Amino acid sequence: MKTAIETHNLTVAYNRRPVLWDIDFQIPEGQLIGVLGPNGSGKTTLLKSIMGLVQPSSGYVRLFGQSLDEVRSRISYVPQRESVDWNFPISVREVALMGRYRKDKLLGRLSREDHRLADEALEKVGMLPYADRQIAQLSGGQQQRVFVARALTQQADLYLMDEPFAGVDAASEEAILTLLKDMKQAGKTVLIVHHDLHTAHQFFDWMVLLNTRLIKCGPTASVFTAEYLKQAYGGQLTILSQVSDLVKARDFPIRERSFKDQPK
Amino acid sequence: MNAFWIILTGALVATSCGLLGAFLILRKMAMVGDAISHAVLPGIVIAYLLSESRDVLPMLIGAAALGVFTTFMIEFLYQKARLQIDASIGITFTWLFAMGIILISLYAGQVDLDQDCVLYGEIAYVPLDLWITESGRSLGPWPVWILSGVLLLILLMVLLGYRGLKVTTFNPEYAAAIGISTVFWHYLLMSAVSVTTVVAFESVGAILVVAFLIVPPATAYLLTEKLHHMLLLTVGLGILIAVSGYYLAVWIDGSVAGAMAVTSGVFLLLAVLFSPFSGVLTQRFRQKAALVPPGE
Repeated sequence: MKTAIETHNLTVAYNRRPVLWDIDFQIPEGQLIGVLGPNGSGKTTLLKSIMGLVQPSSGYVRLFGQSLDEVRSRISYVPQRESVDWNFPISVREVALMGRYRKDKLLGRLSREDHRLADEALEKVGMLPYADRQIAQLSGGQQQRVFVARALTQQADLYLMDEPFAGVDAASEEAILTLLKDMKQAGKTVLIVHHDLHTAHQFFDWMVLLNTRLIKCGPTASVFTAEYLKQAYGGQLTILSQVSDLVKARDFPIRERSFKDQPK
Repeated sequence: MNAFWIILTGALVATSCGLLGAFLILRKMAMVGDAISHAVLPGIVIAYLLSESRDVLPMLIGAAALGVFTTFMIEFLYQKARLQIDASIGITFTWLFAMGIILISLYAGQVDLDQDCVLYGEIAYVPLDLWITESGRSLGPWPVWILSGVLLLILLMVLLGYRGLKVTTFNPEYAAAIGISTVFWHYLLMSAVSVTTVVAFESVGAILVVAFLIVPPATAYLLTEKLHHMLLLTVGLGILIAVSGYYLAVWIDGSVAGAMAVTSGVFLLLAVLFSPFSGVLTQRFRQKAALVPPGE
């Protein structure tokens, strides 16, 4: 399997306080990868340093074996929903079209093809009927879907998404999940910062478990264990007890699934 | 003819300032425009002292340099010194403006420039400042020519840079992720604001400049849902304000700049009350009648 992302001794600090410490990992192409860890464990910072938005104190990141600038057009970034003012005078379609903006072609007109790709992406996340609405009129989940549509419009190979499931309604969660599975089918790699342990082991094939240091990186089954989760979440007792329940539940996946799949 | 020149000057300033102001308020930087418009004073004085003339070009360069320095200083106090953004703006522009005043008072003998002319530049005098060619032909007032030049540059910037400005304003993180330099667009916009305020200063005064930077775009913001509509409406409003402000001034026989600034406030008030989206009265009239019952 080819490597999509690799980091080497990546260390990032804000005001001399390290947020990421000596992170070393390799992630193969074509997986859905969850980045997990407690609050303040450096999940968002990891994404931002992969995307070149924060400067590491040491270490480096390679994407598809190359530097970010060489492969930027193959990488798509979905920032946290809170990163923009949703009262901005802009329509859903215009946001999706931003996925076609390129550094070297900011001047020329957007082509018919650009519009088609934007509409196609909106269709995939179920937001095409809302294309002409101002973004302020959407629910939180719909706003998140618009962000995902913008990323799809970019036609990238690697997607980095920061908390796409945070504060999202059930319909939007379902829409995004289905989409992620399609993307995986198409051979895309998707790295997702996620905070909810309950859903994590269902969503992802592969996990990066962080707490400033890298706790463990690997296929979900090898990472999502009581031992590693305890290392990552430390003394957070309530979470720990939930975790042990979760790990138990994961040990009986067949029964769990058979319950879920029963016809209603 | 005087009325024409005064209204044209007002409309030119309104259009230039409005286009830039729209981006400033969307970036939550409206007060940075205010700060720049005051903080360029030492730049003007220094350029004046160095070039020993009242030529436009050295003044523009001096002002633009100070304008960019203002944004640097605000960013520095905010990011590095960890002060609040509004405190950083307040410190920067009062300090720089005061430096300008000291410079003027120190060199008062040599400088044909005073605070009044900078702060309250009089738009009514515009028709007097004529450009007379050597053959004695009048080409109209100087300020109109200079303001038209500035407007042309701003139109170029907004038209060619529309997408760059839009994406760096809406979502700077995303812009940076696709390789667009947020720093470049930030300082381009700030330099444009500096140059425009300085040019507009001389002819209409600081207060009208700040009013035109903020009030028409804010009014348009309340009335539209798309950025390009907001820009077009800002321009339309600016021209409307210049015309109606002038006639208000004639009617009450008062200050033209003051009348224009007051008119812009009246338009804003109308938008606050009657905007189809967020109008205070619109919403009251609508009340429940127009609401869609939940679950349909």
